[in-house]
Amino acid sequence: MYRSNVLVCGGTGCTSSNSEVIIERLKEEIKNHGLEKEVNVVRTGCFGLCALGPIMVVYPEGAFYSMVKPDDVPEIVEEHLLKGRIVKRLLYQETVVDDNAIKSLNETPFYAKQRRIALRNCGVINPEVIDEYIAVDGYKALGKVLTEMTPQEVIDVVKASGLRGRGGAGFPTGLKWSFAAANQADQKYVCCNADEGDPGAFMDRSILEGDPHVVLESMAIAGYAIGASQGYIYIRAEYPIAVKRLQKAIDQAHEYGLLGKDIFGTGFDFDISLRLGAGAFVCGEETALMTSIEGKRGEPRPRPPFPALKGLFQKPTILNNVETWANVTQIILNGADWFRSIGTERSPGTKVFALGGKIKHTGLVEVPMGTTLREIVEEIGGGVPDGHTFKAAQTGGPSGGCIPASELDIKIDFDNLASIGAMMGSGGMIVMDDTACMVDIAKFFLEFTVDESCGKCTPCRVGTRRLLEILNKITSGNGTMEDIDRMEELCYYLKENSLCALGQTAPNPVLSTLKYFRDEYIAHVKDKHCPAGVCKALTNYVIDPQKCRGCTLCARNCPVGAISGSVKVPHVIDTKKCIKCGACMEKCKFNAIEKK
Amino acid sequence: MQKRISNLPFTGTPEQEEKLNAVIARHKGEKGAIMPCLQEAQEIYGYLPVEVQTMIAKGLGVPLEEVFGVSTFYSQFSLTPKGKYNISVCLGTACYVKGAAAILDEITKNIGIQPEECTPDGLFSLTACRCIGACGLAPVMTINDEVYGRLVPEEVAGILAKYKEGNA
Repeated sequence: MYRSNVLVCGGTGCTSSNSEVIIERLKEEIKNHGLEKEVNVVRTGCFGLCALGPIMVVYPEGAFYSMVKPDDVPEIVEEHLLKGRIVKRLLYQETVVDDNAIKSLNETPFYAKQRRIALRNCGVINPEVIDEYIAVDGYKALGKVLTEMTPQEVIDVVKASGLRGRGGAGFPTGLKWSFAAANQADQKYVCCNADEGDPGAFMDRSILEGDPHVVLESMAIAGYAIGASQGYIYIRAEYPIAVKRLQKAIDQAHEYGLLGKDIFGTGFDFDISLRLGAGAFVCGEETALMTSIEGKRGEPRPRPPFPALKGLFQKPTILNNVETWANVTQIILNGADWFRSIGTERSPGTKVFALGGKIKHTGLVEVPMGTTLREIVEEIGGGVPDGHTFKAAQTGGPSGGCIPASELDIKIDFDNLASIGAMMGSGGMIVMDDTACMVDIAKFFLEFTVDESCGKCTPCRVGTRRLLEILNKITSGNGTMEDIDRMEELCYYLKENSLCALGQTAPNPVLSTLKYFRDEYIAHVKDKHCPAGVCKALTNYVIDPQKCRGCTLCARNCPVGAISGSVKVPHVIDTKKCIKCGACMEKCKFNAIEKK
Repeated sequence: MQKRISNLPFTGTPEQEEKLNAVIARHKGEKGAIMPCLQEAQEIYGYLPVEVQTMIAKGLGVPLEEVFGVSTFYSQFSLTPKGKYNISVCLGTACYVKGAAAILDEITKNIGIQPEECTPDGLFSLTACRCIGACGLAPVMTINDEVYGRLVPEEVAGILAKYKEGNA
């Protein structure tokens, strides 16, 4: 038994801000003080509060150190671990109470409203040690399924729980399983979609890095339910830490007889292989993903036949995403009623969101379905920083939409988001403030889909390009009102005629910004003005003569000589010569230059 | 992203070819062997010149166009060599909203190349990449395995200077 456990986050966020060095330093200092037998250092998965990384938590006290620097380590070891005095100066200040006591992390605004089911083990166990997973009831659900339940009973429980796919469209998981179970074949497959391609979403990566075994266990459960003996995890090669931990987890599960032949001596065989994606957004679409596992260009196939009938290698296949898998073991252990007691009627359970963009606490949050956007942004996320105001939250990545401030009180679940033109998607949630131009944001997503369109069907290949061209025309100041109408028409055409979800949802960013921010489009077209000052062609730099002291700094820094004026006399920018590089505004010490 | 075929002369060594042949032999006959072969070949050569793709096609007994079809489909596969230091600027949504475009501008100004290009001295190559999932640190760039987060444009010159030093 160790006297103290020091948990250091080894997720990608904290590793990027040097948590590995901290772990090394920690081990070294602990050794220097001869505490190796008393203090245990655990490299865990993501705690969720990535904005404050690197993160370190010391138990039993539960002291939460944030933004730890390597040079802080000796002090923490000597003061806290050796002498038992918590270094309050380095704690996450939200956990320090007025009377100088510390409160539990779960009482801080960031964690208080969260309910962790999918993320329950992230930041709690060492993901590279299977015994730690087993100690928190790991592989218990698989044991229960194999020894006490029939395949049909497993499907019934998952169906009754109302679990819906967390990867995008929210298809009922149990129903999907029952289709594949009903189809007879000599071979069936269970696949895991870990090709998390939505920019700004990283919950799947955090689960894989923080709790890889839960995915393996749930896939084996599904294998038993539908009668499959082989599983594939399709994971992005851009996630090296997750790939490494998954492979390690698979090897350990083999060693323990929890994967492979005759699991738990029940005669059930199930094995899992990894397949690395190579960076194609369309491969998150189920049929494209399967084509890619087959080693081909990852182009989608027309449905029907659906994968439950003809999927991977033309055999019945089910595909669920990482977060969906992370819920399955808990449903088996706690029952369908327990799961239904959380969340909303039609969307039971929780959802993990990756909060990013202009928000104070960026990171991963898991909340019950039905939590309002306002609670997520203002209470958990801590609101928009630097005195700016909330303008929109973008959910669902390039397939999703923008939610304006007027809809902040919407209760988030699959159906409510769809009803306002947004989408749950995989759960990326990017907050934008008043400095964002919504036309530019729509253009940003269209550039993404044009790049990622696989080219197989014409509506998507050509349609997205035409949409982007119209958006470029508008942001460069050459748009007409007819362009807006034509663009809208094209959006609906794309939605109806594209082969797969990528093309069908590609217009969403345009449609939702048109719906809620039409005035911005009109400002770009009619007034040739970008209200947020983002679109360069529609922005003019102007010097405020009241504020300008005539210091000549801007004129000296202008690369094209567009600024004139003499010393101590307000300067003027020649807008015809100006290339809008912004150099003058950066240099001005009196805030005299404005974008108009 | 449009892919361009490199017109630099192929400089593979016999050792590299031996390694590649071992990879091909290991995957031959496997279902879906092209992707893992290309992934491992890129690790050996750093990029995928046509010569390497031809060897893979011959080795696996599939048409070259099938291999080429796969290598041009996925953004991870590079048909042009990378610099000694590969700079990847994340243009995911979270980074974009926090000003990644300005970071990319600053880098292209500083080293004089556009994304998907390599400096003539082979020191730097530049990639505009998708989300690397470090959204909490936005905007982010990586130089080889080193991650730089919470960037502001003013920092760029200083960071690049570190890599230029000792290579001048």
